[in-house]
Amino acid sequence: MRPENEQDLVDVVRGATGPLMVRGGGTRGIGRPGAGAVLETGGLSGVHLYEPGALTLVAGAGTPLVEVEAMLAAEGQRLPFEPMDHRGLLGGPGEPTLGGMVAANASGPRRVQAGACRDSLIGVRFVDGTGALVKNGGRVMKNVTGYDLVKLMAGSWGTLGVLSAVSFKLLPRPETSTTLLVGGLGAEQAVALMAAALGSPWEVTGAAHLPDGRTALRIEGFAASVAYRAGALSQFLKQDMTRIEGGASDDLWRAVRDVAAFHGRPGDVWRLSVKPSDAPALAARAGGEALFDWGGGLVWLLLAEGTDLRARLGAFAGHATLIRGSVETRRRIAPFQPEVPAIAALTRGLRARFDPRGILNPGLMD
Amino acid sequence: MQMPEPDPDVLARRARIVARLRDALPAEAVIDDPAETRAYECDGLTAYRCPPLAAVLPSSTAEVSAVLRICHDEGVPVVPRGSGTSLAGGALPTADSVILGVARLRAVLETDYANRFIRVQSGRTNLSVTGAVESDGFFYAPDPSSQLACAIAGNIAMNSGGAHCLKYGVTTNNLLGVTLVQMDGTVVEIGGAHMDSGGLDLLGLICGSEGQLGVVTEATLRILPKPEGARPVLIGFDANAVAGACVSDIIKAGILPVAIEFMDRPCIRATEAFAKPGYPDCEALLIVEVEGSDAEIDAQLALIRQIALRHNPVEFRESGSEEESKKIWLGRKSAFGAMGQINDYMCLDGTIPVSELPHVLDRIGEMSKVYGLDVANVFHAGDGNMHPLILFDANKPGDLERCEAFGAEILKLCVEVGGCLTGEHGVGIEKRDLMTVQFTQVDLEAQMRVKDVFDPGWLLNPAKVFPLEISATRRL
Repeated sequence: MRPENEQDLVDVVRGATGPLMVRGGGTRGIGRPGAGAVLETGGLSGVHLYEPGALTLVAGAGTPLVEVEAMLAAEGQRLPFEPMDHRGLLGGPGEPTLGGMVAANASGPRRVQAGACRDSLIGVRFVDGTGALVKNGGRVMKNVTGYDLVKLMAGSWGTLGVLSAVSFKLLPRPETSTTLLVGGLGAEQAVALMAAALGSPWEVTGAAHLPDGRTALRIEGFAASVAYRAGALSQFLKQDMTRIEGGASDDLWRAVRDVAAFHGRPGDVWRLSVKPSDAPALAARAGGEALFDWGGGLVWLLLAEGTDLRARLGAFAGHATLIRGSVETRRRIAPFQPEVPAIAALTRGLRARFDPRGILNPGLMD
Repeated sequence: MQMPEPDPDVLARRARIVARLRDALPAEAVIDDPAETRAYECDGLTAYRCPPLAAVLPSSTAEVSAVLRICHDEGVPVVPRGSGTSLAGGALPTADSVILGVARLRAVLETDYANRFIRVQSGRTNLSVTGAVESDGFFYAPDPSSQLACAIAGNIAMNSGGAHCLKYGVTTNNLLGVTLVQMDGTVVEIGGAHMDSGGLDLLGLICGSEGQLGVVTEATLRILPKPEGARPVLIGFDANAVAGACVSDIIKAGILPVAIEFMDRPCIRATEAFAKPGYPDCEALLIVEVEGSDAEIDAQLALIRQIALRHNPVEFRESGSEEESKKIWLGRKSAFGAMGQINDYMCLDGTIPVSELPHVLDRIGEMSKVYGLDVANVFHAGDGNMHPLILFDANKPGDLERCEAFGAEILKLCVEVGGCLTGEHGVGIEKRDLMTVQFTQVDLEAQMRVKDVFDPGWLLNPAKVFPLEISATRRL
């Protein structure tokens, strides 16, 4: 099924007699495997409004991300949160869409400074499981009118509603970008170094420690300002750091964003979201290879197939998500972190009201 | 403004309810003397007042939980209250309600610079959060005008903003976790020191839910390193439209100032008379502030000057010292005080797309003539969040009603041009009955379903946000 407009989408959901597998570009096959009729959002495509002077974009949820990024780049702007492209990690074709990106709350290295996808998302239109067309938020960046269902929809993986349109707050694309690199640090030292950098006034927009032992810090902005801050930062950190600029810097952060180090390699890939200073010990306990992004707040782990990471870690503050694993593993091990009973009750309650028939990606997040 | 009739059944059980609360809390933490409950009869929206049945001031999450359990048991509505600075009536009680004030929950629980967060009890004031970390070079970014008095609990309830959110975002973008007490007394931890949610984003739902989903007793807040420096410029124009075009050009040039504030002529004149900041007498005035090292500030301001000069400003004044910076901000910061000096005023909070600025200001000017009430505009121009201040005389019969009608017209206009009713103050009771202008019945139903989940009995702050006739069947 491929609705061509919102009314079609309403009709499809209302008329559904069984589970619907909501699909944008089909590039983020994550979560508990399910079955059902495929509902594609590609027909809900196109830019509804783009105002560079107001840093605002409104577009259909099925709009390919690549089209939007090209349009924004032409005006010297971009989505602030550097959304991850999951294709390299998960394999497979398809074109990521705005709706899929929102449903996954896909946010890259710049999350430490510019916030996540949910922080730039300012409006949604969606059809819930009853077939009701709901709007929330809008096209202005300051809006506290009513409850914030915009945040609720971000990262809900199509389980509460099918997005039809999304609005974003944008940011200027900086003139240039520089990355400071240091090699040979252990995870503990690297996380401490990244904490010092992120706690400095020089606006670090990326802080990652790669499996090859390099630690990378990114600074973006006007050229003169970047040069000044890069100098001030390396002096402050008392580290001998090499610099890469422009395209080489962009390539490195694309590799961090998409977890390129684990592409095409056997094993399961887990994503840990934790307090940054907890990350080194947790990664050590997990075993396997680790990539630390967000100054350590996000840890990507490559583990032997079928590993139950949560069993290995025991209790910890934060959450672990199985991003890449076989269908069998994702049936056996919950891809999303199980919730404590009181939270689980709230989640169940929300699902029961937004999707009372349990037809939207049922079970995907269970 | 209509509020639901108090439940006679609850009023009849007043003595028992108060006695049960006294059993659970230290005696002095339960206030039911009518002379003392008067202190809780209103918030910053002083036009509406009603003393509550009682007010309680718990000192711990456990005490908050005990109070809510009792009220849940007894079917008593609860109105959570931070510092009572809401301009929207978010903390207005009804006669059958218990005010739950978090003023005694003020402690800093944990400060962690390596992971850049602070955990505080929710009654702590906004400014004192920054106060707890600034000597170590950090700050808490959201800065509502009331930051000296307003509590973090209220900031979370209303998703408060401030002048600097163009760069740093509003409360929801700076909130990492909360301890939430649900209406039945259940205590849940949502979020924490990590940066995102493992399941549905419940934290995003709670922020901005106006105390209707639970009572926040503790909060984990993101703190940021202080910039090396900041400096404002003041730019005067002889037309609102030109000032608006200049804002748009600054943004398009790739500069991201921390603040772009806008004042129109009535506001400029009033603040000049009140605080004497030395503003030029012109139609529109922008204050643009940028951050960084001295050299970075110089470079950004040079660019802004270049852009501004293309629009023929009547004045371009760069601050050359700390003293001059303060003077540039002085008028803006005393705008509300200046208005209060002239008369009573109502402060609106609609947001519009930045491109609609000249049109909306013209329309407000026309309406001002029709209603016979003066209005001054002060405005976060970078994000379109307007604050029209309508002057009226509370002692003159009919003036408040006229002012409210005028305010409603302005807010409808904000929605009509693609904006919203409230950018940072919240709906409360003030915008409650206008919600149908912005939302369909279906949109509101989706929001009310969330409350059904968190507070099935609709006891938490029940008469706010949603028009009474729409929430009526749920509030039974």
